[in-house]
Amino acid sequence: MNEFLTHYAFLIVPIIKIAILVFLVLTVDAYLTWLERKVIAHIQARWGPYRVGPHGLLQPLADGVKFIFKEDPMPAGVDKIAYFLAPFLTLMLALTSLAVIPFGPQRFTIWGYETHVGIADVNISLLVLFAITALAVYGVALAGWASNSKYSLLGGLRSSAQMISYELALTLSVVGVLLIAGDFSLRGIVEQQAQSGKGLVSWNIFPQIIGFLCFFTAAIAETNRVPFDLPEAESELVAGFHTEYASMKFAMFFIAEYTSMITVSCLCTILFFGGWLSPFPVSWTFTQFLPSVLLIPFGLWVIFDGIRYETIFGRVLLPGVGIALLALGGALLAYPVVNGYIQGPFWFFAKVFVFLFVYIWMRGTLPRFRYDQLMSFGWKFLLPVSIANVVLTSVAILIWGRH
Amino acid sequence: MTAPLVIFFVLAALAVFGAVSLILQRHPIHSALSLIVVMVALAGLYLLMGAEFVAAVQIIVYGGAIMVLFIFVIMLLNAGLEERTNFSRLATYAGIPLALAVSGLIAAAIVRSGGHLPAPAPSGALTSTKTLSMLLFTEFVYPFELTSFLILVAILGAIVLAQREN
Amino acid sequence: MVPTNYYLILSAILFGLGIVGFVFKRNIITLFMAIELMLNAVNLAFVAFSQSLGKPDGEVFVLFVIVVAAAEAAVGLGIIILTARNRHSLNVERVDLLKL
Repeated sequence: MNEFLTHYAFLIVPIIKIAILVFLVLTVDAYLTWLERKVIAHIQARWGPYRVGPHGLLQPLADGVKFIFKEDPMPAGVDKIAYFLAPFLTLMLALTSLAVIPFGPQRFTIWGYETHVGIADVNISLLVLFAITALAVYGVALAGWASNSKYSLLGGLRSSAQMISYELALTLSVVGVLLIAGDFSLRGIVEQQAQSGKGLVSWNIFPQIIGFLCFFTAAIAETNRVPFDLPEAESELVAGFHTEYASMKFAMFFIAEYTSMITVSCLCTILFFGGWLSPFPVSWTFTQFLPSVLLIPFGLWVIFDGIRYETIFGRVLLPGVGIALLALGGALLAYPVVNGYIQGPFWFFAKVFVFLFVYIWMRGTLPRFRYDQLMSFGWKFLLPVSIANVVLTSVAILIWGRH
Repeated sequence: MTAPLVIFFVLAALAVFGAVSLILQRHPIHSALSLIVVMVALAGLYLLMGAEFVAAVQIIVYGGAIMVLFIFVIMLLNAGLEERTNFSRLATYAGIPLALAVSGLIAAAIVRSGGHLPAPAPSGALTSTKTLSMLLFTEFVYPFELTSFLILVAILGAIVLAQREN
Repeated sequence: MVPTNYYLILSAILFGLGIVGFVFKRNIITLFMAIELMLNAVNLAFVAFSQSLGKPDGEVFVLFVIVVAAAEAAVGLGIIILTARNRHSLNVERVDLLKL
């Protein structure tokens, strides 16, 4: 048995990692929808879902059950191959893009197979991500065309034209980071930011603030979110390219959109905000205990919030969760060695969470662009600014060397 | 049957399947989708050979831009199913085997004459982007500038051609 | 390792299939796609030779071929759109005004 594992470890270990990652990502997607509804509701001075489970925490579960049991009609006259292919393609591409993202710095060995925290460690992970972004246009274009409906066709064409236009600005705004790092692999970019060991000031955001703003704007346009979500907005064009899709296929588009949001947030943190690096300098080793120290007040807050909750289910569940969090924080403080291992993933997920929150915040606050404003913004403003960023970065590197 | 050989046969079968499907499909959009399959399979083959940058450029430019252009044009022109042909039967029944025989002849000639070439990526050698870019900007800088001018001309030409008469 | 000949034979097969598609298809756009298939087959041969002989020059040339194919696709599709508008059909056999 052990020999079989060691012999085929190069196949088994990635499969296990893929299973864990897909499960994690789908759960995070589901609770991202919960977070979005809650945050937008509070921005709009109302509560979000609060009936289904304490604080509406079981709402994604109810939504999932609804999607499974809803009827999945297929309109007449659709092009069957393209109609079936489009949601699968979009979801497959969105999930595949998570394979090349490194989540932490550690390298460890399982059953004689040396691996890292992340699924694939390729030299060109950034290029792979761009390739997947380029292919993502097909899902939208095929969905719009295959549905045999004018709304879908127009929405699909508009959405794919928007995605192609902003893809150029997206790839060009990253070139500044590439020039500084000298490496296409995401792991190499983070390690280059870790070199000076000074924490916050060595992140790529400071030399590349224009690049970051261009990247973030172009990425929001790529994922079809507000303020660039004209092709799929609820009050325009019925629902754009996914008008004719119901239950499970619509759920696939939905999950693909949230997964690409997560991918973009991961990319932003890796490229510009230091990935898994902590903002404190490496010499301040006492900051390693920050995650475990933060868990304790969080657990206490959950307990106090749960004790006075309305429903009995909430009064049992929430304090239970709070006690579990307290126990986890205590365990982490009792065994200080573990803190070194959880540093990387903790900071990574904290920064990704901040970006997701900014995404949702923008959805609740900003109005959307009109289509011609959107296209002219992409071509006439964002693309020249990205090119100018590349030129400026090259000049700066020529003058001052590589920092 | 080592792993690279297995992967090669899978990708090669996928590419040939895509090419045959391009010819046999009746709707242009299905042909376009088959061509995308061929391009992705070829990108996989480039990766197998160790040419990682070319594989990425193949997907980004060919598969992500050129084929999108094709699909846009097919959707905008509302290309329908191909009409029934009144092509001569002789051409179909004699022509296709002849064309395949010609390719077989080329393949046989290649095998017989070029049999002594070393295998691509003999020790897992990867061509780094740095090597390619050094070549591109030193030895091949003149074709590089020419192709950028060519793209500019193509953009202008496409805009002029697709304008509506005012 | 995979011998170079395998890649070259695959390239020849794809090229032959591209020729068959080019001769036998009626729709202009499908014709154009068969041309792209031929260009791709040639690219495969370029990369196979380049990696086999250890010189990266072949891959640089592949980049040029891809760029030229992109320019050709843009202009060619512009011409196709014009032809489709004028002849109201995408069938190559309908573009026969110069026929005797």
